Amino acid sequence: MNILSFFNYWAVILLMMIGYYGMIVCGNMIKKIIGLAIFQTAAFILFISAGKVIGGATPILREGIALYSNPLPHVLILTAIVVGVATTAVGLALTVRIYEAFDTIDDDAIDTLEDDK
Amino acid sequence: MLLLLLVVALAVLFTRDLLKATLLFAIYSLTIAALFAVLDAGDVALTEAAVGAGISTILILAVLALVPRHEKRLFGHNIPALIIVFITGAALVYASFDLPVFGDPNNPVHVHVGQYYTQNTYADMGVPNMVAAVLASYRSIDTMGEAVVILTAGIGVFALLSVPVRRRRQSSTTRASEEDSSS
Repeated sequence: MNILSFFNYWAVILLMMIGYYGMIVCGNMIKKIIGLAIFQTAAFILFISAGKVIGGATPILREGIALYSNPLPHVLILTAIVVGVATTAVGLALTVRIYEAFDTIDDDAIDTLEDDK
Repeated sequence: MLLLLLVVALAVLFTRDLLKATLLFAIYSLTIAALFAVLDAGDVALTEAAVGAGISTILILAVLALVPRHEKRLFGHNIPALIIVFITGAALVYASFDLPVFGDPNNPVHVHVGQYYTQNTYADMGVPNMVAAVLASYRSIDTMGEAVVILTAGIGVFALLSVPVRRRRQSSTTRASEEDSSS
């Protein structure tokens, strides 16, 4: 029980670190944006796990159910998912502009272009 | 399911084909939606499936139609990055021992204001879905703030992409030629 209760948290941390590593290492901007999205979803899972009550039910009122999971983290994450997509959209628009200006979406390639000038 | 998530996330990171990475990311979002459903968050699962797996994938695919599909791999500097990531991860694991036990009804999250919503939502609002009631009734002003964020993002995307492509191309080539002549 003790180890199992931490399994969710550790999986969240691993996912978050995968996203973080992707953002640092991948030169490609689309991969960077996907890494950011993975990082975000890790935070979402952490919040949703915090709202879970073992033996609880989905927080929609019904007959014959006494224990519900906590609805507040769900509301928070609902908002965060939508805002996350807005962030992704702005990042992708920036990517398109960078590609039009530099003809590449690779970080290092843009660096060498700048150095050549 | 969490293990599957980890595998898919790693696969996303290590494919060089961006189309494959995008589709793997869609699978990742759907798996997360299933995980949310298991964790009693039905509304969040639906939103993640529609917005995360649907709209994000469509947006990335639309951008992939404009930019090259394959990434050029330049793996020079990943040892320092690995060290940074490892240190951060170790710090987080160390902090995770202070987190409450998973799923215990006496956790601090559940004994505070959450109880009020589970007990009084129907009497206050007449809506059986607590998540919808909190989002649209108790906290409707905050949700309007969220709408403002989305509007701002929309304006940002529009401002970045509204200039016709030909004019943008021209301005960048003239800028390049000016820089050539100055150097």
